[in-house]
Amino acid sequence: MQNRSELMPGVFLTHLSAQKFKTGLLSAHLVTPLRKETASLNALLPAVLRRGTAKYPDMESLSAALDTLYGAQIDYTVRKKGERQCVGFVSSFIDDRYAPGGEQLLEPVAELLGELFLAPALENGVFVPAYVEGEKQNLIDGIRAIRNDKQDWADVRLMQEMCAKEHYGVLRLGDEMSTAAITPAALYDHYGKVLAQSRLELYYCGSADRQRVENALRAAFANLPRGEMKDLPAMEKWAAPAAPRYFTEEMDITQGKLSMGWRCATDDVPAMILANLLFGGTSNAKLFMNVREKLSLCYYASSSFARSKGILTVACGIEPKNYDTAVAEINAQLQAVANGEWEDWELDGAMATMCSSLTSLQDAQGAQENYYLGQNATDTDETPEELLAALQAVTPQRIRDAAASCTLDTVFFLKGKEAAV
Amino acid sequence: MMMTYPRIGESIHRHTLPNGLQVCIVPKKDFRRTYALFGTSYGGMDMRFKIGDGEWLDTPAGIAHYLEHKMFDTEEGNALQMLATNGAEPNAFTSNAITCYYFSSTEKFYENLQILLSFVSVPYFTEESVEKEQGIIGQEIGMIEDNPEWQCYKRLMQALYKNSPARTPIAGSVESISHITAQTLYDCHKAFYNPANMCLVVVGDVEEEKILSLAGELFPDTAAVTVERDYGAEEPLVPNEKETRCQMEVAMTTFMAGFKCPPQHGGEAQMRNNLLGDLAIDVLLGESSPLYARLYSEGLINSSFGCSYDLLPGAAYVYLGGDTPNPHAVLDAILAEAKRVAEEGVDEDYYQRLKNANFGSTLKGLNSFENIAVSVVEAQFRGYDPFRFPEVFDSITREDVVAFIRDNLVAERCAISIIDPLAEEEAE
Repeated sequence: MQNRSELMPGVFLTHLSAQKFKTGLLSAHLVTPLRKETASLNALLPAVLRRGTAKYPDMESLSAALDTLYGAQIDYTVRKKGERQCVGFVSSFIDDRYAPGGEQLLEPVAELLGELFLAPALENGVFVPAYVEGEKQNLIDGIRAIRNDKQDWADVRLMQEMCAKEHYGVLRLGDEMSTAAITPAALYDHYGKVLAQSRLELYYCGSADRQRVENALRAAFANLPRGEMKDLPAMEKWAAPAAPRYFTEEMDITQGKLSMGWRCATDDVPAMILANLLFGGTSNAKLFMNVREKLSLCYYASSSFARSKGILTVACGIEPKNYDTAVAEINAQLQAVANGEWEDWELDGAMATMCSSLTSLQDAQGAQENYYLGQNATDTDETPEELLAALQAVTPQRIRDAAASCTLDTVFFLKGKEAAV
Repeated sequence: MMMTYPRIGESIHRHTLPNGLQVCIVPKKDFRRTYALFGTSYGGMDMRFKIGDGEWLDTPAGIAHYLEHKMFDTEEGNALQMLATNGAEPNAFTSNAITCYYFSSTEKFYENLQILLSFVSVPYFTEESVEKEQGIIGQEIGMIEDNPEWQCYKRLMQALYKNSPARTPIAGSVESISHITAQTLYDCHKAFYNPANMCLVVVGDVEEEKILSLAGELFPDTAAVTVERDYGAEEPLVPNEKETRCQMEVAMTTFMAGFKCPPQHGGEAQMRNNLLGDLAIDVLLGESSPLYARLYSEGLINSSFGCSYDLLPGAAYVYLGGDTPNPHAVLDAILAEAKRVAEEGVDEDYYQRLKNANFGSTLKGLNSFENIAVSVVEAQFRGYDPFRFPEVFDSITREDVVAFIRDNLVAERCAISIIDPLAEEEAE
């Protein structure tokens, strides 16, 4: 991509120029392979780094520094992109034009970002044990809290069962047991390795020109250790088992949550994106129109397609007694796409939705940053414009073939306890 | 009338059409997306009202939200689908005080706007379609009732308020919505969906004349309707009950505490009070407060902790909460810190820092078209100008902040709602 360049060995800057926002966005992410052994370590790392730096050793002084920069925000992020785990920080700060005192904010924010990565608060040469313990507890609470949102829980359980033998089945935040076992020394050791061996992706979106951003980031990351860079292993695509697998779990809830997953054998990504949109990707899609509007089986039913893994999923909230009807209807709607049973307006709507969301990406800094990270972390290199052109070239036959290539792999159902009787 | 606001780089054009409809246009150059929101000053709390000199009408809980769902039905089909076919992303929401319909699109904006104005202004319900919706909304209610945060909030509101309809969930219950008929929906539409009670906001790079002419055409001269609303007997500032506690399928204990504050009555005074309340709770327990840092490092709160100041028709309250191993310890610490601040005041440097930070985050909100449109529509109904926030901020003093804390964040005003994980069924 033209707007991405290598700033230092293994450090890439994507510069997205825009004058129209009130703020600038600056972010930095280490791209690492998603693995069971390291997922919790990686997830814990930015949370501990965010607790304090050598210069601002606690939350109070760090917050004071951010407040002084007119409420600049620096949040740590842990994102799962295919079989890659990206950990780092996203910062947002008001554009120089609106700073009441005419201050420049990009440089001090970049400096703070660099300090968070490179100059953490330490105690006896390792991370501050109290910070590590506190954030371990928060991470464990975060993993446990996935249960609080029942659809999230059903989706996570589907992935754990469906991808039990793949790295993709590893949770974004890792697991409780590995987290509990982490010591300050082990985390510090891991930090040194990850920092030296991982690719660093930097993003800026705002009114400053490339040269100014490069200067600020070169200064901020001048001390980044660069060891032997490890290549990221390729992502794996699996086939569905001979027969679908079914899992049911009980909770004390009113509404049942249904989660279904298919393996898409096709390599035709643009066609599969459109097949997903026709199936359940919009409020015009077959799932919404039939499962919700026509049969009143649910409040919501939608599908999504994870392109880097070739996995199609459906999430749906239903009354437990409607389980069989809903599963059958959802399967039937996917079959309808494979049979080419759609009207022109359905495909036009799917295209128009995609066109609108891709062209309006440039209107939202956060969404744009997340799009490019998703591309760069999964070794794809496609601008929104290129993706749009590829979608426009898709024929109805390719959509049918893509939908026909999907095989049901796993069904997970979370149901209420009374319903079990 | 056009107003410009150089301190925040915004401007707004306001018009009142002959039929009484307010139209506000916020120009945004260089954006691909255009956003339109059509709102009525009618929300979940407006259950009891009378039209003109008529009788008082009591409508079922959840009716404003039910009406929102049914408005998408038109004689030609579902408006949601028509908009989605044009690539627009349409949706709607019902809050305590307002109902809004909106879309954002990059193509065919004026065609989409016409669809929006038309389906919201022309009701079309049949008994069958109204009955069918009960299944869908029943599922929606089931879904939110399983949400611990929502339960915690609902129970807090019922603990805080005795008479106010703020006690009643916006979507109602499966039972209450079973009383809704096509006729009650038509009555409510007639009362509240008249142009003088509504506002259209457009954010984007648009042609003003085209919007005004579309909005003018779609509303033939409607006779003005006067509606009187009843929000129940005046509320005391003490809560209805001090504590409510229950068990749910959650991973750890979660809580919300609320403090009743005097209701606000619109105008710039309300806007100032809103900014003041937000700043005051930030000073007391925002992310950069000493209290937050202490509770966080003691493991009593985590990043789920948050606080806010909320203004409803005839009701106002501060609320705060999150996951915690010990809700009462958090609440006691907050009450003690509020007492200390009330007695000792606030350090000037700290106060200025937070005021700067608050300015920055309010400014940041102007990146979002949704946020702009909702603020403009709410302000329109409550009679203030949301883009004057820098000037209003200037008028707030450190003493105002201390007084807000001293008056409102006290034990007598406070109620707490706690949700615990389910007790283990089998004892070891």
